[in-house]
Amino acid sequence: MKNKLSSTEKRTAYLLTLPAVCLVFAIILFPIFANIWISFKEVELKDIRIPEPRAKKIVKSISGEDNKIKFLYKLRNSSLLQEIRNVKFEDKYTNNLKPLDLDQRCIYKKNKIKCDFGTWPAKYKENFEIIFEITDNSTINKKELKSIKPKLDGDSDNILLNTNFTLKNFKKVIFENEFLDLLLTTFYYTFFGTVGSIVFGILTAQMVNQKFYGRTFMRSVLLFPYVAPVVALAYTWELLLDPNSGTLNSLLLNYQIIETPINLLGQKYIDINILGIDLKLRLALTTVIIFEIWRYFPLAFLFILARLQAIPKELYEAADVDGASPFQKFFKITLPQITAVISILFMIRFIWNFNKFEDVFLLTGGASGTRTLPINVYQQGFAISDIGMGSAVSIVIVILLLLFMFFYFKLLGKRVNES
Amino acid sequence: MKVKNIIIFSIISSLLLVSLIAIWKILSTLQGIKLNSLNIQIIFFIGFFITLLNTMISNKVNLIIRFLIFASIFIYIDGFLIQSLPVWYNIGNFLIIYLYFVKIEKYNNNFFVNEHSTQTIIFDFLTLFGIVLFSFVILFPFYMMLVTSFKTQIALLVNPLDFSINFGQDLKDLFKSYFVIFKSYKFGKYILTSTIVSLGTVFITLLFAIPAAYAIARLNFFGKTFLSTSILIIYMFPAIVLVIPLYTVFSQLGLRNSISGLLIVYTATTLPVAIYMLQGYFKSIPKELEEAAILDKLSWFGIIIKIILPLSIPAISSVALYVFMIAWNEFLFSLMFLDNPNSFTLSRAIQYLSGDAETPRQYLMAGSVIVTLPVLFIFVYFEKYLVSGLTAGSVKG
Repeated sequence: MKNKLSSTEKRTAYLLTLPAVCLVFAIILFPIFANIWISFKEVELKDIRIPEPRAKKIVKSISGEDNKIKFLYKLRNSSLLQEIRNVKFEDKYTNNLKPLDLDQRCIYKKNKIKCDFGTWPAKYKENFEIIFEITDNSTINKKELKSIKPKLDGDSDNILLNTNFTLKNFKKVIFENEFLDLLLTTFYYTFFGTVGSIVFGILTAQMVNQKFYGRTFMRSVLLFPYVAPVVALAYTWELLLDPNSGTLNSLLLNYQIIETPINLLGQKYIDINILGIDLKLRLALTTVIIFEIWRYFPLAFLFILARLQAIPKELYEAADVDGASPFQKFFKITLPQITAVISILFMIRFIWNFNKFEDVFLLTGGASGTRTLPINVYQQGFAISDIGMGSAVSIVIVILLLLFMFFYFKLLGKRVNES
Repeated sequence: MKVKNIIIFSIISSLLLVSLIAIWKILSTLQGIKLNSLNIQIIFFIGFFITLLNTMISNKVNLIIRFLIFASIFIYIDGFLIQSLPVWYNIGNFLIIYLYFVKIEKYNNNFFVNEHSTQTIIFDFLTLFGIVLFSFVILFPFYMMLVTSFKTQIALLVNPLDFSINFGQDLKDLFKSYFVIFKSYKFGKYILTSTIVSLGTVFITLLFAIPAAYAIARLNFFGKTFLSTSILIIYMFPAIVLVIPLYTVFSQLGLRNSISGLLIVYTATTLPVAIYMLQGYFKSIPKELEEAAILDKLSWFGIIIKIILPLSIPAISSVALYVFMIAWNEFLFSLMFLDNPNSFTLSRAIQYLSGDAETPRQYLMAGSVIVTLPVLFIFVYFEKYLVSGLTAGSVKG
């Protein structure tokens, strides 16, 4: 009895989880394996479309000969690259029509014409004509005849399914395209974005954790950048930073802080002088990182605030009794309490920033030294239309992420063991 | 010791005053006042001396008298001596100084005898300074977005610093950009598409997630722990890695440029977090209720509908709101899968609009306001539900 109950329970469980699991597998896990497959192939965007035999049907009356009608089919192979084999054609006609001198490839049977066109090479085109005799005296409705669509069918290779593999994509990814520069840019973007958002998250959480008037409102406001759509925010920032008539440059010019407008999103380097040392700062990248911090510190803020509010008040009261200063309280009580949250946040934000595509894409499109790996996936796959290359870059991203996670957990595990 | 503390206090607190006045000056510049310098140094010195004197005489003179004297000095120097400025600007200054005086009143002579007074001051004023600065930095882009959508192309080019809105004009002229994007750019249709996609995603996600979350929370089956951990790992997988294979497959299946294609992808990407959030909540529902139901011979379907659902309305609404926001804000997949303007979502439509360099920026900003407003409205209105959802699931973003 009990066995039976547990087996029904099992069956119910599988039934309940199956739809969700299937969908997630199909849309998330399958593509990851498909990526590996595609990355070893030379595929371009135009190869994806399956070649199709196509026919455009035109019905014409022949002048002077009222009892005849001409059907013209403009046949073509939709693909510019691949042949179609075994092309079959079929079309239906009304009862009162009879074909005159039919093409050898075709047969007429029961008001239907069936043709076997054999193999069509790439770019193939043909004007195929059949003349019919009208056997009764009724008038012909051309529109009606045209509305019957011919059926075409054929076999072709799906370039994605064949088994030609190559290492070319990975060679290109690693040895061309300034791979090192790409990696460095991605690393700067990810690392500084992550650290910045966590630092500002700590500051704001510490702020909001105190009592002041309008605190709940402040908490909502701090989350605005995180919940608003990225498209709207990116374009607003673009307008704000525009060198010609952007608000920021106009303000700085107005207050005579700068003399010429700065193209914050379009200039790769800017020379700055700190303590007599000339430095080259990557301007556009810095701006993009600032946007990233602005947009994602709310997440860190939320996590850290939740943790701060869970710290027992007694700890601070005891510290007060001992005469601890506010700084001591912060460094000795608050910080140790939030290190666990920070380390989780660091990992999560690092992974997500590493894969962030929209923000950079909308702000700079990857120009002026802001090309990160995810941007490169898009550029290779869709701007240069090399799907295979795009997949190879995706695979590089996945490998780097797995490496990062591996070392991070190892490091974390070590620290946990020590303490 | 005490004098040193008072001087440090004056420096730090006048920094707060400087930031308040500077923000007020920036906002006033944007309303059309010709201010060519923020005069930060001058304001800092005035603020410093005012604070110093105020602290020294705080025991002898009444707050209101002190405030009136110092406020008049400040306003006289800033609003008349350096540059003659309109009355409303000076009223603003007056209010800022009032707030400032109320704030610093706590720090009187007795306070500076405390052992850690300097650190307390730094902490307190950093907090105030932070609140002022962060509010400004966060709200300014939103303010700009809203204002720009009400301006005209010429006004924006002639004086980019003029943020004033002429409310005297016709409503039709004021909302011109909105009329244009609805009329010429078919924004009504995009709003509809976005709404259908977002609501559809919410519906399908809940339909799939509730049974799955229930099974994970309550039933025993082989592979349960594996499933619940893999949900989290799958959630960490980046969307950009999925894009190319999905693009190829969707192209071949003819699912691109279709709402159903988007629905499938959005549902699949939000399912893991929905299941994760829901199963956590389901676990907190007392088991006894279901045991009674099993004795009554209710099927699992009955249990979910009659017991679990009514009890978990808060969790379900929080998941629904969260999923709605993800779907509404989503951009990457809509960029990849939609290239026919007839099936655009709002985000994609705005991006498409910006691709044309000729598009006036006020249209772009009007579109941005339209896509942002619903989300902010939902967020502010349902904040309580959403914040718990965000903390539980917002690994993504």
